[in-house]
Amino acid sequence: MMALLKRDLAIATRSGGAAMLGVLFFLAVVAVIPFGIGPDLNLLSRIGPAILWIGALLASLLGLDRLFQADREDGSLDMLVMQDWFGLVATVFVKSLAHWLATGLPLVLAAPLLGLLMNMTALSTGAVMLTLLAGTPAISFIGAVGAAIAVALPRGGLLVSILVLPLAIPILIFGVSASYAAVTDPDPFLPPFMILSAITLFFAALGPVAAAAALKGASD
Amino acid sequence: MQAVATKLTGRRGDSLLFEDVSFSLQRGQALVVTGPNGAGKSTLLRMLAGLLPAESGTFVLSGDDGVAVPVAEFAHYLGHRNAMKRELRVSENLGFWKDFQRSEAAEGLSIDAAIEAVELGGVAHLPFGYLSAGQQRRIALARLLVVSRPLWLLDEPTAALDRRSDQLFAALVRDHLAQGGMAIAATHQPLGLDDTRSLVLAGRHRAASGSVESWS
Repeated sequence: MMALLKRDLAIATRSGGAAMLGVLFFLAVVAVIPFGIGPDLNLLSRIGPAILWIGALLASLLGLDRLFQADREDGSLDMLVMQDWFGLVATVFVKSLAHWLATGLPLVLAAPLLGLLMNMTALSTGAVMLTLLAGTPAISFIGAVGAAIAVALPRGGLLVSILVLPLAIPILIFGVSASYAAVTDPDPFLPPFMILSAITLFFAALGPVAAAAALKGASD
Repeated sequence: MQAVATKLTGRRGDSLLFEDVSFSLQRGQALVVTGPNGAGKSTLLRMLAGLLPAESGTFVLSGDDGVAVPVAEFAHYLGHRNAMKRELRVSENLGFWKDFQRSEAAEGLSIDAAIEAVELGGVAHLPFGYLSAGQQRRIALARLLVVSRPLWLLDEPTAALDRRSDQLFAALVRDHLAQGGMAIAATHQPLGLDDTRSLVLAGRHRAASGSVESWS
């Protein structure tokens, strides 16, 4: 399974893979906001955490459809599905993890830079980074289910986004509310952050099983 | 080790491709599946690999002690596509499959030895995408060598191969059989083997209530 992680990371980082694409999209979405809103620094810093979260959510959806489709196109998916049930679930888990490491983690690391554009304080930026770190893995795990369902469809990209988005809304809500709670005093930071972490753990357990079931059914 | 298929029935959508396909295979034997396009050769092989559910019938792989073993861990499946990543080097591709499909039971060839065995020494450092179609197919065959598994399920293995590579492929299969392996191949290429069984799928698309399929 380490071999699979290494392979997927190598593919994502090589030859203009998906890793840079997500960060560039994130950058593009967040960088145009100040131009649209105008130079109202107070407003920007107020909406900053939400904009960063929305940008990160959309950027993680980008390229999700390729998670299994690339393997299907070159025939590797047959070999991945040709395993016992536990092996297949573990494979999906590792592939989702690799997807997050390649596309989710760079978003977390790019967040401070984009926080500057939104006139966010250091504390606020730190809170967004922490919540992104806790929350974005869930998007990859939910996304694996969508990607597995749409694996046989040639233009599955939009379908995957539409399937995944409703399930990702709670992540957005709790991620943003935890980020705000860190800077606005009376609100407690921990409860929404704990719920966010719980969502990630929940989908880390459930997502691979559901995606494995979808892949088994779709191997046609 | 033996492989026994009993009364397999294959269906694609509404049309019944084959019915009551039965065969048994011992160590050192090969089965060649032939038939016109659309006769269900690929469907049969995917069914044997466990990638498609059988409409009815069973396929059981059992060890020398007669205990059934999981096909997924004891069979290689080589489909139409090569299961290699264009972005990665040949050695990385083979190394990945060697790690990923590794079993404690038997070691396969080393990566270099497998590349030598398909007579492509010197391409290990190249990205897979740089190779020609025939070379890519030969590297895909090398995947069967880096992990040792007794049953080979081969779907048109010699597609894109030139005549010399055809012979190379036949020799690889002969070696595999000589070491006590088994092979089931959908191919029109003669394998040059003494003990080859053949299975002809007649390929009549019929409604689900058709007559019995023939096999020999």
